[in-house]
Amino acid sequence: MKRLIAATLALAASQPAHAFTAYTSNERDNTISVIDLDQMKTVRTIPVGQRPRGITITKDGKYLLLCASDDDTIQMIDTTTFKVTGTLPSGPDPELFALHVSGNPLYVSNENDARVTVIDVNTRKVVAEIPTGVEPEGMAVSPDGQTIVNTSETTNMAHFIDYASRKPVASTLVDARPRDATFRHDGAEVWVSSELGGTVSVIDPKTHQLTHKIAFPVQGLRGDQIQPEDIQFTHDDKLAFVALGPANRVAVVDTATYQVKQYLLVGQRVWHLAFTPDSKYLLTTNGLSNDVSVVDVAALKVVKSIPVGRMPWGVVVSPK
Amino acid sequence: MAARLGLNRRTLISRSMIALLAVPTSRARAEPAVIKVGYLRWAVRRPTISLLDKPASDNGLAGARLAMSDNNTTGRFLNQQFDLLDVPIAAADDAAQALETLAQQGVGLIVTDVPAQSLLALSAAAAQHQVMLFDVGAPDDALRQEQCRANVIHVAPSRRMLTDALGQYLVWKKWTRWVLAYGAHPEDALLADAYRQTAKRFGARIVKEIQYKDTDGARQTDSGVVQTQQQMPVFTQGLPDYDVLVTADENEVFAGYLPYRTWDARPVVGSAGLRAVTWDPSSESWGGAQVQDRFIRMFHRRMTPLDMQAWTASRMIGEAANRSGTGDAATIVSFMKKPDFAVAAYKGEPLSIRDWDLQVRQPILLSDGRNVVSVSPQPGFLHQVTDLDTLGVDRPETKCKLS
Repeated sequence: MKRLIAATLALAASQPAHAFTAYTSNERDNTISVIDLDQMKTVRTIPVGQRPRGITITKDGKYLLLCASDDDTIQMIDTTTFKVTGTLPSGPDPELFALHVSGNPLYVSNENDARVTVIDVNTRKVVAEIPTGVEPEGMAVSPDGQTIVNTSETTNMAHFIDYASRKPVASTLVDARPRDATFRHDGAEVWVSSELGGTVSVIDPKTHQLTHKIAFPVQGLRGDQIQPEDIQFTHDDKLAFVALGPANRVAVVDTATYQVKQYLLVGQRVWHLAFTPDSKYLLTTNGLSNDVSVVDVAALKVVKSIPVGRMPWGVVVSPK
Repeated sequence: MAARLGLNRRTLISRSMIALLAVPTSRARAEPAVIKVGYLRWAVRRPTISLLDKPASDNGLAGARLAMSDNNTTGRFLNQQFDLLDVPIAAADDAAQALETLAQQGVGLIVTDVPAQSLLALSAAAAQHQVMLFDVGAPDDALRQEQCRANVIHVAPSRRMLTDALGQYLVWKKWTRWVLAYGAHPEDALLADAYRQTAKRFGARIVKEIQYKDTDGARQTDSGVVQTQQQMPVFTQGLPDYDVLVTADENEVFAGYLPYRTWDARPVVGSAGLRAVTWDPSSESWGGAQVQDRFIRMFHRRMTPLDMQAWTASRMIGEAANRSGTGDAATIVSFMKKPDFAVAAYKGEPLSIRDWDLQVRQPILLSDGRNVVSVSPQPGFLHQVTDLDTLGVDRPETKCKLS
């Protein structure tokens, strides 16, 4: 009994006052699950538009932005009232997007339309449409805000778009069906995952040249089950976490050596990843097991599984 | 981990190639490299049992058009331009003459939707002009075996790949006692033979074979419903105990009438009911929803298996041209034949070319006409190189000698 109390006290002590809130977009039941990270559980479910996928949050934390793909719109959801308060003119079938580092504009990949739509979040107006490859998917903005990267799943390229001119300046071929693009926090590299190629391509954003390619051999799994999706770097850029889809694992990559340090077993079909602002936890959406795995980043251990809505796709953590 | 030798994705791009992969968009443009692709197609269409299956006049061609549009979007970044030259041919016409005309226009790559005999004639003509053919319409196993040709890549799956795909699922379901009902057309005999080999390969048992002897098929008209309601139970009466009725009816004479009309309450598979196909308009996994949307927007109809086969052939050409950075047909073909070449086709696994018979290895969908019921290869059907090679004639059994 004493030990139990001690353990409970230790647990209580180890729970910092972070009070973070995470949000997952649930593709199959048209909802957002709101997770209280103190209690590590879903505390609320918000009904939203059809086929919710890409999800992010405004810099001030006031609004969630959500791609309601089948409604051809982006919904703005008030994070205090949990009500849909407005929409952005996204163009057809918005899937993923990225906010500029300054908080505005928003870059949206229109999967059905081979273009990137640029939206001013304040005026809620389209300010530009940039032609890109077939089935645009991943969007990333460089930390200095000068370069936007878009991947195209059937063209198999990472397209580099200049912020000021809104023109594509270069395109780099990568392996089959590129999904996510993520810059290191220091901006030195952009990493692009290839779902069918089974690899992550490391690209120098200055020269647009491929510098490394990372593979993810997992003992006992067929190659086609290893499908890299979302990529996230720790704040110090020392580690990268790569979701491997139906491999049900997140790979931990040492960014100095480009070697996989470890595979973390999470839920089924792991898709998107998000860190808590203090970098203590990494959250993963697991589309087929309808849950979120919580990874303790320092220990590199999965510590919790939180049930959410059906087929969770994207995840974002409030900065507050 | 077993290395997937046939399609080792890790080396999809070799180091030596890396340098040419980053392409500045803003540099002064030279004239684009033009890749001309021919499309030779049989203009004669057979009637179908269901009005819903009546093929559109651009069946197949539309898939090639979509792929060329996809190729051109990518080509914009690589200074490559893809042109499609469509040549419909009637049954009596000389297909070889059409090929000559295309070759004179500088076409080195031709997608063909023609039956086996025409394909062999085309192959002979193509050899005179160093033209590569991409077969999307002839499923004959002989074309991949004794009659295989070094200038024909088979994007269409062979009959054996289709029957293996279906057979694996039936065995997985433990529906291993089959009645085989086949028609009187020569293609039906070939398809029935493929089912016999499939049953032997995967341990199913054909407890009885029955033949439907009519070849013309009185299509369902005013009185047809009454007639078929009488005929089909009688055709399937008095069979030994069985699990599933496997039908081989490529010309749509009778199989489409069998579901819900069999003497015993048994599921129908093969040419009706659950069918093995390269595509289904309901397939939405692995990005499938996107290609379906794109296709419907462009052609205002749904995408058929033949459309998907033509799309795949044309995308293979685009993919090889994009990655090899050339418009030269011979270079595109040799790039495509490399062991690490692969193309994505919305089926969860990359497609690639078997080097022993130039057949494209691919997952096969099993569709009930409303939904994708399953995708083969099935779990548990393992292979030392790639599970995809559990479908169709494998390397050790091949009779193909590519010269």
